[in-house]
Amino acid sequence: MRPFGYARVADADTAIATVREHPGGAFLAGGTTEVDLVRQNVLRPDLLVDINDLPLAGIEDRPDGGLRIGALARMSDVAEAAGVADRFPMLAQALLLGASAQLRNMASMGGNLCQRVRCGYFRDATSPCNKRDPGSGCAAIDGFHRGHAVLGTSDQCIAVHPSDAAVALVALDAMVRTRGPGGERSIAIDDFFLLPGDTPDRERALEHGELITAIEVPAVPVARRSVYVKVRDRASYEFALASVAAAIHVQDGAIADVRLALGGVATKPWRARAAERSLLGGPATPDAFAEAAGRELAAAVPRPLNAYKVELARRTIVRALTALAEDGR
Amino acid sequence: MSGSIGRETARVDGPVKVTGAARYSAEFPMPGLAHAQIVGARVAAGRIAAIDTAAAERAAGVAAVLTHRDLPEVAHVPLVPSLMGGPAPGETFFPMQDGTVHYAGQPIAIVVADTLEQAQHAATLVRTEYAEAPSVTTIEQGRRDAYEPEKIFGGFMPAQLRRGDVEGGMAAADVRVDAAFRFAANHHNALEMLTTTAVWDGDRLTLHDSCQGIKAVQLTVAALLGLSPSRIRVLTRFVGGAFGSKAMVWPHVALTALAARHVRRPVRLVVAREQMFTSCGHREEQEQRVRLGARRDGALTAIRHHKISLTSPFDDWAEPAFGAASQLYAAPAFEGVHRLVRGNTMTPTFTRGPGEAAGVFSLECAMDELACELGADPVELRLRNLTDVDPNTGHPWSSGGLAECLRLGAERFGWAGRDPAPGARREGNQLIGTGMSAAAYPVAFFMRTQRARARLYSDGTAVVSTAAQEFGTGMTTVLTQVAADGLGVDLRDVRLDFGDTDLPTAGSPVGSNGAMMVSAAVHNAATALRDQLIAMAVVDPDSPLHGAHPADVTVTGGRLALSGGAGESYQDLMERHRANDAEAIGSWDPPPLDTPYGLLTFGAQFAEVAVDADLGLVRVRRMTGVFAPGRVLNPMTARSQLMGGMLWGMSQALLEGTRMDARLGRWANASLGDYLVPVNADAPDVDVALIEVDDPVTGPLGVKGVGEIGQVGSAAAIANAVHHATGHRVRELPITVEQLLPHLPVPAAARSATGRPAPPATG
Repeated sequence: MRPFGYARVADADTAIATVREHPGGAFLAGGTTEVDLVRQNVLRPDLLVDINDLPLAGIEDRPDGGLRIGALARMSDVAEAAGVADRFPMLAQALLLGASAQLRNMASMGGNLCQRVRCGYFRDATSPCNKRDPGSGCAAIDGFHRGHAVLGTSDQCIAVHPSDAAVALVALDAMVRTRGPGGERSIAIDDFFLLPGDTPDRERALEHGELITAIEVPAVPVARRSVYVKVRDRASYEFALASVAAAIHVQDGAIADVRLALGGVATKPWRARAAERSLLGGPATPDAFAEAAGRELAAAVPRPLNAYKVELARRTIVRALTALAEDGR
Repeated sequence: MSGSIGRETARVDGPVKVTGAARYSAEFPMPGLAHAQIVGARVAAGRIAAIDTAAAERAAGVAAVLTHRDLPEVAHVPLVPSLMGGPAPGETFFPMQDGTVHYAGQPIAIVVADTLEQAQHAATLVRTEYAEAPSVTTIEQGRRDAYEPEKIFGGFMPAQLRRGDVEGGMAAADVRVDAAFRFAANHHNALEMLTTTAVWDGDRLTLHDSCQGIKAVQLTVAALLGLSPSRIRVLTRFVGGAFGSKAMVWPHVALTALAARHVRRPVRLVVAREQMFTSCGHREEQEQRVRLGARRDGALTAIRHHKISLTSPFDDWAEPAFGAASQLYAAPAFEGVHRLVRGNTMTPTFTRGPGEAAGVFSLECAMDELACELGADPVELRLRNLTDVDPNTGHPWSSGGLAECLRLGAERFGWAGRDPAPGARREGNQLIGTGMSAAAYPVAFFMRTQRARARLYSDGTAVVSTAAQEFGTGMTTVLTQVAADGLGVDLRDVRLDFGDTDLPTAGSPVGSNGAMMVSAAVHNAATALRDQLIAMAVVDPDSPLHGAHPADVTVTGGRLALSGGAGESYQDLMERHRANDAEAIGSWDPPPLDTPYGLLTFGAQFAEVAVDADLGLVRVRRMTGVFAPGRVLNPMTARSQLMGGMLWGMSQALLEGTRMDARLGRWANASLGDYLVPVNADAPDVDVALIEVDDPVTGPLGVKGVGEIGQVGSAAAIANAVHHATGHRVRELPITVEQLLPHLPVPAAARSATGRPAPPATG
């Protein structure tokens, strides 16, 4: 392991200032991905600033029906919080279908949003990878890309965003609260995650030394009946081949509200707005679901080994929406 | 026999393992210990144009950076399976002898430092420039240059096999099946990585090495380094899994010894997890084609079984496709051919059920296709073709049991009344199917003399010693049971001493042979000591047994007695003779290789799967396995091992595959995050049953072994169940979503989106 410094700080200002002072500095929260990547020589920090002592672990129900999740709240605590399971079942399910029990006990929510991609070429610290080593090329595009993205890709990078929880948060229009040298700000979660484009090394709309302090979920009444469906080769402890966070509200035979986001198939947690538009106001029928899914996946760019994901994602959307529609009858 | 054998006995190594007291090869503290890290080649073929170690040597804590420029010449040692008892390198190539690169991951430098982290960091500072050459790393790339080797599998299996008139048999067939199967490469992924700690004391070398055979390690390192085996001692009691990856002795062991000699300090090497994919062999990428001819009544008339696979630049290695697969059924004609493609990978090796895991899979999936063609029940088709003799030699089985396994398995599983129609059962979103397979795994007598020593103290307790090690199979438990029964004492009065090459010689427990061969030696040592003490008693005028015929004396609970009841304890006998202890050596020689018996362990496997009708996900719902492994020494550990094998079969069927990126010549998923093995949530209800068969050939106890038979046929039963569930044959392992998705019934809802017509209704 490459030698690096370690500092443990007790307040946000010191943490931010310390990372700012070091161009190779980074925050350390649960460390469940970061430590692996440091060990594998993929991340090469000069200094890790341990923020686990910061008072950012709270989970707070808001009177308006919203939710405030501290950046250091652990995945397992968020999944088990009563307000989450009742009002945002898609989020609780997404959390519980992620990682393993041990990792969920360690991993923080802020860290979950910042987790790095699982692309083997990124992680081997050797192959060409524009994300790890800008300009070196992308080994995945013509390589082993069975698990890679079909939506939001560029000719620079096709790595899939690995988070489950973020898919639900994107469906719920969460806001990411941050604090940085310029003070505090809120970023809509869909803007927080960046498409790879020509800069796949930039994954998030964060400045160096900008710290996530909380994730705010607004009141989303439709989410009370929501679901997270995750498709994977192994029954547990694996990333998604395709996943869907979905919520619908049907009134007088027509879809009055809908939320739909995809995981496992896109370079960022993917809000399925084309499908949502297709569904809104229409009937809650399998045909309508399939039509909507087809519209969302029309933009897909499949490659030889991941072409199946287009059909798989389509079918997973239909499965999730059908389950909700049947459940609501 | 009353006693320990055959009794459910919890593992004797359980307490030390769950309390952490069991010490593994990287857990021996010692003063001055240095840590090694191997640097692997980044390219698959070519040569090292330049290697700059200056930065690595300057890094903190670094004691040495060794490359091919520094290493002494190492002897060439032929590849011979460790079961045969001699030196057993995993490949004939030894790295760092020159600047040539034959495969990615090949060791090109070894870094030694004060701490593991320092060694890891310095390893990243070694700068290497390659003159890269084109590489071949897949069958497809080298198919045109495939060749037929003379021998395979470390030289102890012929590459071709022919019996009878295959052309005639095929011509006489009413029904023919022609099925081609593809198998991804597999890696073992034992929990404990390859680990060696090497300590020199003058010209004496002590090794702690995570291995399947300490004697093989001793003899291989001796041969490579030109040392006498008497100068090398290997101390390994516990090994955290192997699955064939540690059956052979890989270069890292001698490299660690050389590094320790260079830095004049003890050196510990733990091969990194990602390096485990290029350090201890693998199950090779392969294709098998099985052609069956059969009469309308189901009787096989001929079998053709061909395989093509990828091997290394140096060795003709293929796991045999048609060992058991040529022997299971009474087909009068058989033709088996192995073809090889030379590629830039390391030499493949024994991997969980070597040969049979893929070979029996191919045969048994083809048999399922034949059953469908004939409209025959798959179990009945197997029973129709059973044979009492090994069809390759005409010799009778040393013990059989396949028919009993098939019948009992069918009964336990509830096979009777199965609707054979594929794609006809639906529960909600799930398509349900069942499938079965026969199973067989060879018993081989390639080992040499096995030895053990039994010592009884005058307080009635015993120490039994043999050089074997415990690599997770439970062998030390069954050896303790066998020793207790042989001596006629209680299990708690026996301590097994093991894991030291200075102890009596035992071979590498590989190929499911451990329990059979080592227990034979332990049994012979223990009974020899018992007989020695009985002999002492019957000539002793002061003994109640004086004048008795030795054969009439039995020993239980440490008491020697006649059936009438007269007797005395070992303790009384020995104290009277002022004997503090008594000792005997036991040995066992395997039957000759041409022993006139067919030698297979038989079993039968059944599985039920649910396939998500929309998403293509396969989940195994339940499995039944029935096995006839000869004498069962310990039903508890035997069942556990067989269950583990069955789940490995499930893993082979649905999850495991190492994928080669042929452009880079490197494995593309060399991590446990990307190479999937099952987790508890994947494990279905597993029903394991045992049929005991008397075997007069396989040693004094008639043990055949349970190490690998559990995996054989398991994947075939699942693949056949997937066909039964969906109506689609996937002839490629692992079976994954994308192979099934295009063949699933198109859901009504998706029709408008895909524009595809709906298939016939199911359910």
